[in-house]
Amino acid sequence: MTGCVAVVGAGQAGLQLATTLRTLGYDGRIVLVGAEPGLPYQRPPLSKGFLAGTVPHEELELRDPSLLAEQRIELHAGRRVVGAVLDRAGGLLRLDDGSELAFDRLGLATGATARRLPVPGADLPGMLTLRSVADAEQLRAGLADAADIIVVGGGFVGLEVAATARAQGRRVTVVEAADRLLARVVAAPFSAHVRTWHEARGTTVLTGAAVAGLTGTDRVTGVTLGDGRTLPADLVVAGVGASPVTSLAEELGLDVERGIVTDVAGRTSHPRVVAVGDCTVQPHPHAPDRLLGIESVNNAVEQATAAAAVLLGHEPAPRGVPWFWSNQGDLRLQLVGISDGYDELVVRRGGSAGEGRLTVLYYRWGRLIAADVAGNPRDFTAIRSALAEGRTLDPILAQDTDVPLRTLLTEARGLPADAAARA
Amino acid sequence: MPTIEFTCPDGSRRTVEARAGASVMETAVKLGVPGIVGECGGGLSCATCHVFVDVDQIDVTGRATDFEEEMLEDAMTPPTELSRLSCQIAMSDALDGLRVTIAKEQQ
Repeated sequence: MTGCVAVVGAGQAGLQLATTLRTLGYDGRIVLVGAEPGLPYQRPPLSKGFLAGTVPHEELELRDPSLLAEQRIELHAGRRVVGAVLDRAGGLLRLDDGSELAFDRLGLATGATARRLPVPGADLPGMLTLRSVADAEQLRAGLADAADIIVVGGGFVGLEVAATARAQGRRVTVVEAADRLLARVVAAPFSAHVRTWHEARGTTVLTGAAVAGLTGTDRVTGVTLGDGRTLPADLVVAGVGASPVTSLAEELGLDVERGIVTDVAGRTSHPRVVAVGDCTVQPHPHAPDRLLGIESVNNAVEQATAAAAVLLGHEPAPRGVPWFWSNQGDLRLQLVGISDGYDELVVRRGGSAGEGRLTVLYYRWGRLIAADVAGNPRDFTAIRSALAEGRTLDPILAQDTDVPLRTLLTEARGLPADAAARA
Repeated sequence: MPTIEFTCPDGSRRTVEARAGASVMETAVKLGVPGIVGECGGGLSCATCHVFVDVDQIDVTGRATDFEEEMLEDAMTPPTELSRLSCQIAMSDALDGLRVTIAKEQQ
């Protein structure tokens, strides 16, 4: 089989798609177009080790150039797609250097952009977001000579940045509009655990606090809250979510709804186009009529691996259990499954679990669907195995931290979680 | 540059050069050594980079930390006292010639 697969977007998902095509035996051209300069790199350390200065740039890079050459993956880094056409047999991309690229199959891995604060002053110097390595370099330089840091948004990126800045001795305030941290993703007991960790290290956490605007003339000097208070700031970092990049998909006439609409294997509304990673929305595992954006390395890798099979006409492997991690200083969070839609919670803490450990188990219709784990890899691996094998564990027995979870795993009975959603 | 000899899950051997300071996991993934996934990129969060260190070298690499040991407890390939998560082994000249066997199944 010859031809050319063009992959637009050279992040974790785009690279995975390109390399998997080769390992599955595709012999045609593979062209990977990335808007950012340099080699494909991983983003998770940008808010942690790279920001702290402990992870060097080389460690971010996902593949050695020698491997890309060996796999005949043509990387066009620092190039943007400025025009595209698509018909039933393939299409053409026009790049910003004037070159054109004909393809017979296309992968979109265009990622997401950091949302900006929709308030006055959001364009002042000293107001930063974090998405790319260039953003991280700018933030690292800014942290070096700032005393007061305000992080707007108590989500994962914001809290990771807060932990890194606080460890460097900066005065850090986290401003969150919701009434608790990580409100969209975890249950209240887990939010409280994370808040306690940050406060114990000297970070100020303000919840239920809306940002009305930023003050300053030639650069930011403060953040004005909804109640009229102005907090002094030398540097403001907004971690208020990301918006999928869908402009190319829209230009090509693909179905787009917040993100590019795909199935779990990255199929789009066009048979010759797949889309993978943060630019996509896909069916919710417990409510297949709802679409879910899953911004994680795990999703990028699995969806891209499946999409490569789809592009080659192979049956994709079934998806595994989604999972996510966040390291905030020595606070290690591991989330597994999709907890959205739970109807029962079990909190596991204290006893022999030890100080600083917390596991929250999520149930739906009596069956385990997800868990959030802080500092307890035993619980995390036991639950990950349980969910992968379709097993559950008794919600009452699970409260006893003296009992290892893996000894409690039983076959799940009754309605599977997704059937329950349809019932 | 220090070298690492990997024994891959299919039994084949592959020797590669590592950047000093790079982890064993990072070296394997970047060069396409099969069998090491390293999904979390070295965050000590996924347990998909399980290796067995050569018995004569485990004292140089050091043994798994408590957290690492807990991550490995339920690994699909059962851990031994030579088990490490290879994202936690940083290469240096002292480790030149390191021999590791990649676990047949990861997670």
